[in-house]
Amino acid sequence: MDHNWDFATIFTNWRVYWVGLQATLLMFGVTVTLGMLGGLLIGILRYIKHPAAAWPARAFVEVFRNTPVLVQIIWFYYAFPILTGVETSPFLAAVLGISLNTMAFSAEIYRAGIQSIDKGQWEAGKAIGMSFTQTLRRIILPVALKRVLPALTNRGIEVFKMSTLASIVAYNETLSQAKLIAELNYNPIESYTAVAIIFFVVLYPVVQGTYALERVLNRSDR
Amino acid sequence: MSELIRVENLHKSFGTLEVLKGIDLHVNSGETLVLLGSSGSGKSTLLRCINFMETLTSGRILLNGDAIGSETRGKITYKESDLCKLRTRIGMVFQHFNLFPHMTVLQNVMEGQLTVLGRDKAEAAEKSMIQLTRVGLADKAAEFPSRLSGGQKQRVAIARALAMDPDVMLFDEVTSALDPELVGEVLKTMRQLAEEGMTMICVTHELGFAYHVANRVLFLNEGTIHEEGDPQSVLRNPQTKRMKEFLEGHALFKLPE
Repeated sequence: MDHNWDFATIFTNWRVYWVGLQATLLMFGVTVTLGMLGGLLIGILRYIKHPAAAWPARAFVEVFRNTPVLVQIIWFYYAFPILTGVETSPFLAAVLGISLNTMAFSAEIYRAGIQSIDKGQWEAGKAIGMSFTQTLRRIILPVALKRVLPALTNRGIEVFKMSTLASIVAYNETLSQAKLIAELNYNPIESYTAVAIIFFVVLYPVVQGTYALERVLNRSDR
Repeated sequence: MSELIRVENLHKSFGTLEVLKGIDLHVNSGETLVLLGSSGSGKSTLLRCINFMETLTSGRILLNGDAIGSETRGKITYKESDLCKLRTRIGMVFQHFNLFPHMTVLQNVMEGQLTVLGRDKAEAAEKSMIQLTRVGLADKAAEFPSRLSGGQKQRVAIARALAMDPDVMLFDEVTSALDPELVGEVLKTMRQLAEEGMTMICVTHELGFAYHVANRVLFLNEGTIHEEGDPQSVLRNPQTKRMKEFLEGHALFKLPE
């Protein structure tokens, strides 16, 4: 089986990919921010043993962790407007699906991080008169976040790649744009391979950057 | 000598297990009190009730003659913000140091002053250096805790508590997690504090420290104060069978005189 690779049409259509990459980056920026910050809040609520806080947080995590993101996006795009009367754009539907899913997953990461901190740290904060919130913010979270950074990085990579799921509602991110090229030029092999290459080229340096960050943060352990 | 702390009829239960069964004690300003007792006797729980690390089941605690908490119809309630303020006046040092690993020694000692007392950075740093000098660790100010020995960590923890200018210091088995050769430096620091007039309540197994430094020794057994007195008489001539057994247990492998 021979295939004559021909990337010429990809290069001539680079603007189409460029539009897609910008849309992908926008989608990633919004979903990773909402997902990681919202997840922190829900993770803390999960940690607090107060039933009024913990129970809804748990329900949220279970619902959004145990349903496929693709289904959530489709649901927010097609079902949500019919049920509520509120129109959702492809962008909004994808942001909702990916963010909520990311919140659920990262909440569990944060909770595990907070739980892994020795209870002596809470006591030390308490003993010098710090409130629960002060101890959490100044003592517990800095160490917990450092500890879960590899897991969060993993999640971040996943979020970046999940942006391609927005193609199901025809949001013009990289994969949708590639599909356009493939249909115009009948070159699906090259146009989708280009997507894989673009994702790798963008992600790899970012991941290397997070390793460097881990090394900087670990200086207090030496 | 004025009375600094008074504990009245303190009971503490964990579930159905009653750990403290009615404790009455008082500590005068400048006094060093040592709590002895075998494990499970309730001595650490008693200490942790004094600064409300544990909630009291019943009874009350007075600091400088003022009862802590507000009493309505025989029931005492405690506001968390009041307890936070109270804890700034009662320093505590733990068995396992509990230094903040992401902060330098100096930042550890400054933390409570900055976040709780609201001191500015320059003042907090200056006060911290005074306390670090006091415990002999001024030269370690820029180090992270992971670079210190156990004894040094514990002295930093003492400096951290002292930096809040507390009225009284609680020591909860602070040498129990240390290598034997590091115990001395921590006890020396504590002795120096006692001699400088700090009011201290110490849970310890160091009978020598109790003998030389304490003004009074309390022996706890099964949640009550079993025997009490000045260290010379209690440690040399115990009156109760239980106290005698306790001391004999400690003396089993002593070097011959």
